[in-house]
Amino acid sequence: MNLRRFLTVLAARNREFIRDRSALGWNILFPVLIVAGFAFAFSGQPLDQYKVGVYAEAPLQKLATVKEEQAFFRTSYIQFIPVVRLDPAIIKVERHQLDMLFDLDNGHYWINSDSPKGYMLERVLYGAVIVDAGGGNAPVAVESGGYQRQTVSGREIRYVDWVIPGILAMNMMFSSLFGVGYVIVRYRKNGVLRRLQATPLSAFEFLSAQVVSRLWLIMAISIMVYVGANLFIDFTMFGSYWNLLLVFSLGAVSLISMGLLVAARIRSEELAGGILNLVSWPMMFLSGVWFSLEGANPLMQKLALIFPLTHIIDAARSIMIDGAGLVEVSTQLVVLTAMSAIFLLLGAVLFRWK
Amino acid sequence: MAALLQVTHLVKHFDAVIAVDGVSFALQQGTCFGLLGPNGAGKTTTIEMLEGITEPSSGEIHYRGQRVNAGAAREAFRNDAGIMFQSTALQDFITVREALEMFGRLYPRTIDSDELIQICALGEFLDRDTRKLSGGQRQRLLLAMALVNDPQVVFLDEPTTGLDPQARRNLWALVQRIKAQGKTVLLTTHYMEEAYELCDEIAIMDHGKIIAHGSPKALLAEHFDEVVLQLPRSDILGPIENLPLKLKVQDDIVEILSSDINAAVRTLLAHDVSLAGLQIRPRTLDDLFLALTGAALRT
Repeated sequence: MNLRRFLTVLAARNREFIRDRSALGWNILFPVLIVAGFAFAFSGQPLDQYKVGVYAEAPLQKLATVKEEQAFFRTSYIQFIPVVRLDPAIIKVERHQLDMLFDLDNGHYWINSDSPKGYMLERVLYGAVIVDAGGGNAPVAVESGGYQRQTVSGREIRYVDWVIPGILAMNMMFSSLFGVGYVIVRYRKNGVLRRLQATPLSAFEFLSAQVVSRLWLIMAISIMVYVGANLFIDFTMFGSYWNLLLVFSLGAVSLISMGLLVAARIRSEELAGGILNLVSWPMMFLSGVWFSLEGANPLMQKLALIFPLTHIIDAARSIMIDGAGLVEVSTQLVVLTAMSAIFLLLGAVLFRWK
Repeated sequence: MAALLQVTHLVKHFDAVIAVDGVSFALQQGTCFGLLGPNGAGKTTTIEMLEGITEPSSGEIHYRGQRVNAGAAREAFRNDAGIMFQSTALQDFITVREALEMFGRLYPRTIDSDELIQICALGEFLDRDTRKLSGGQRQRLLLAMALVNDPQVVFLDEPTTGLDPQARRNLWALVQRIKAQGKTVLLTTHYMEEAYELCDEIAIMDHGKIIAHGSPKALLAEHFDEVVLQLPRSDILGPIENLPLKLKVQDDIVEILSSDINAAVRTLLAHDVSLAGLQIRPRTLDDLFLALTGAALRT
């Protein structure tokens, strides 16, 4: 390993990336836009509240009256929506657009027998009736079936808090795979690699420079995105920033190595694009970027473990949301290290300049 | 004198296709050696094997007496070799100056950058993005990159392809200057005039084999003792078959091959052929190639 040659190629690649304003801008802007979009979409009232239609001759006044008289209509996290026409409202219950519907004038209610939310609301209604029977002061033990109530308090983990580690990791994934894999295939196709092969530069020096160049660029951009997004979203971070940096650094190396492996021999940008998409899209959907795989098909959960992105996101979420330390995420760190070593080794062995 | 670079029985096949078939030759220090031939003749594959870009299927390459297949000998050869490919892309967003600096730092020994810039006439556009260079400027940059390590042997693979005549002449002048510095040049080209102008020794390749080898003048003398008399077809009034001369018709030109110009002219006059459009030219490398391969250059 000749340090001078390594640093020369490293500097050249950094310069190329930094001068490519459009690529640089997009690498920074893309994750910020996604985070901002989510912050906007999930701000305000939570989306997972129940919706109950209330029909009466004068629904607003009637609703105000029953809120004073009946505990059910004072239940939190239920959105009561006054309706003026009964038949269309019933159709909305059929279509799960309303979870429950009351006709306060005639004392009827509708639920959809296929709706889990309707089922839950009906149980809440039964419970509220018991509360009403106790004059609103029924003993706690009666209300909770003999279980004693304990309370905790803490900051709410919003969806945006949960999704941030995934978005940061996903941005790393695209930047690593396409920023390294695609670039190397382009270099090979247009003859840049062939020209470098004709110099004393070794494949190891060249590949190492690509990994390090992309690594620091990804980390710099990820830190900028983190800080920038945090300024207007203020997301949760219970763990150590150093631990998070370690997880993301190791994760980035594993993803960059994966990009090198994909690009080891391919000469066609179209083929490389196809393979990189084939790798990145399943990772994006199965690694838990957007939704948790808990409760999903166990086979799918097992399949997701073959992706480095799964381990990056798991570890990052544990650190950011649960405040996990290095011991708690050691499994993911070991797996990411092993994946990096395997991908790099295979990539170096299979690498061809031409 | 021992050869600087010795190539022995070099073979390269790609699956069933034999691209280079038992090529042998030697380069002497300070000379320019030309590999000539049409596209697909095996020139580029041969030069790529010498450059270490392509592994030979069999055969040996020796540089200063050392086999250069691997290890320290290959490293030493890489450090001593300057390479200009037929087509090369550079990284994007890089200036001429940065390209030269970058390649210079990849070698343990470099030429003085001011001298290099002056030799290759790059001074006017040192800070220009390499993507914005003209064809001639780009070739001069690529040549400068080939010289950046002060090489002992310079490989130039069709360096003037695609250049206009003026840019081509400028590059020839540069190659002459490199030669004058005592460097050894291996040039591939399918321009016979270029080979004649630059090369001390040539090898003509076809279908992966060397079919002729020697100095351009010696090869022409060896294969031809005739000159060519050219006449417009319209100057010959009677049937052309009646002329008792060795001739061929190409488009509107009749070419007469003769080792005795006086006798040929007398014959033409005897057949009432006007000599107003007569031109006499010596045999060229193009003629040699045609004679050896029986086909026009497949450019």
